Amino acid sequence: MTQVTMTVNGKAASGDVPGETLLSDFLREHLRLTGTHVGCDTSQCGACVVLVDGKAVKSCTALAASLDGAEVTTVEGLANGELHPMQVAFNDNHGLQCGFCTPGMIISGIDMVNRYKAEGRELTEEAIRHELEGNICRCTGYHNIVRSIKDAAASM
Amino acid sequence: MYAVNYHKPASIEDAVAAIGGADEAKILAGGQTLLPTMKQHLAAPSDVVDIRGIGGMTDIAVRGDTVTIGAAATHAAVAGSNEVGSICPALAALAAGIGDPAVRHMGTIGGSIANNDPAADYPAGLLGLGATIVTNQREIAADDFFTGMFSTALEDGEIITAVSVSKPDRAGYAKFRNPASRYAMVGVFVAKTGNGVRVAVTGAGEDGVFRHAGLEAALAGNWSPDAVDAVEMSADGLMSDIHASADYRAHLIKVMAKRAVAAAG
Ligand SMILES: Cc1cc2nc3c(=O)[nH]c(=O)nc-3n(C[C@H](O)[C@H](O)[C@H](O)COP(=O)(O)OP(=O)(O)OC[C@H]3O[C@@H](n4cnc5c(N)ncnc54)[C@H](O)[C@@H]3O)c2cc1C
Ligand code: FES
Ligand code: FES
Repeated sequence: MTQVTMTVNGKAASGDVPGETLLSDFLREHLRLTGTHVGCDTSQCGACVVLVDGKAVKSCTALAASLDGAEVTTVEGLANGELHPMQVAFNDNHGLQCGFCTPGMIISGIDMVNRYKAEGRELTEEAIRHELEGNICRCTGYHNIVRSIKDAAASM
Repeated sequence: MYAVNYHKPASIEDAVAAIGGADEAKILAGGQTLLPTMKQHLAAPSDVVDIRGIGGMTDIAVRGDTVTIGAAATHAAVAGSNEVGSICPALAALAAGIGDPAVRHMGTIGGSIANNDPAADYPAGLLGLGATIVTNQREIAADDFFTGMFSTALEDGEIITAVSVSKPDRAGYAKFRNPASRYAMVGVFVAKTGNGVRVAVTGAGEDGVFRHAGLEAALAGNWSPDAVDAVEMSADGLMSDIHASADYRAHLIKVMAKRAVAAAG
């Protein structure tokens, strides 16, 4: 067992976790933050993406024990009285159908907008499509997801 | 995933002790290969020893014409590093093309080369550049490090601490991505260095990454994409699988070699 303390969505969260506990399990089972989805066993789908110290990470492919002291943001931590601009854009642009991939899409969208802004690069439609390589959607065909992210980038 | 004991030592000595004290320890870096493998029960270590808490393991520094990259530097860190960019922009570009953004935020250069996946990108970059792999025990030339599919010259428990790369005159990398996994179906790294031309091929060989003597000779004579046309390309020793036949891979090696030379300028 390893004692871990993280900041999750701005609040301290601690627990005694077995070595094999994945961050996704820690969030879903220990903290009951079930907005983070688990869609695969192969680290490929991106439904589980959360921000760890501001960077998009697959929470199914990180050990909770390794993240003592980390700052984690899940989809539940985005709305702050009002929805986050990325959430608004997914709503406005019909960027989801079943919604399973959406938490990961929204977090990955925020991550890419933040990185491109910090580097002063333009987040073109082509760039968004490349940046989404680690996020799989079975429903939408991606067009409205790309539109949502492009839209949010303008207002973030 | 089976039960596992987690360790995060703060020094190489403590890491060596943790590895030595366990039934069957595995070194953990970014976890982007080891954790999926453990989830699928293809690996079941009793202990994992996380090397990311060891001081200096993520440092990237330039001395003279050489850049030294800490083993736990992530793909994203290498891709965005001015130091790496100043010595070899092609290596930074290679790192920027590994997997997807979330994988690049966690996966490390040390983990990638220790794993030596036959379709991984870094093995081509480091073999092509004639890099030196530094461990807690010795320095190993890239030519001696990559010994076969998923195998390296590392001894049990030996820890890669850094990789160093000297500035090439020119270098370029091109990969044909497997559209599902993003790994290289074929990737070719070309470098023109003080010690001659080196060409390394990943994604294609049955024994993992390899140097291609025919391409090296052709490009040493004439550093241009056209020089690739005349090279005899055999499919012997190349992989055939559901993604591509050996003949198709042989063809792709030439196409990627041309693109790599064009990218190198
Ligand atoms: C969806 C997905 C897509 C990917 N796409 C690509 C791709 O396009 N190209 C590509 O090249 N790779 C790709 N990868 C693999 C990725 O680059 C991994 O990060 C990398 O192969 C392993 O690095 P790691 O730091 O995650 O190592 P880990 O998974 O932590 O470890 C891998 C192995 O290396 C050993 N090890 C780790 N560090 C050291 C060290 N310092 N010394 C000795 N042994 C060590 C471990 O014991 C383990 O056996 C992909 C992975 C995923 C999940
Ligand atoms: S659940 Fe993490 S990548 Fe699929
Ligand atoms: S909306 Fe259903 S998987 Fe993306």
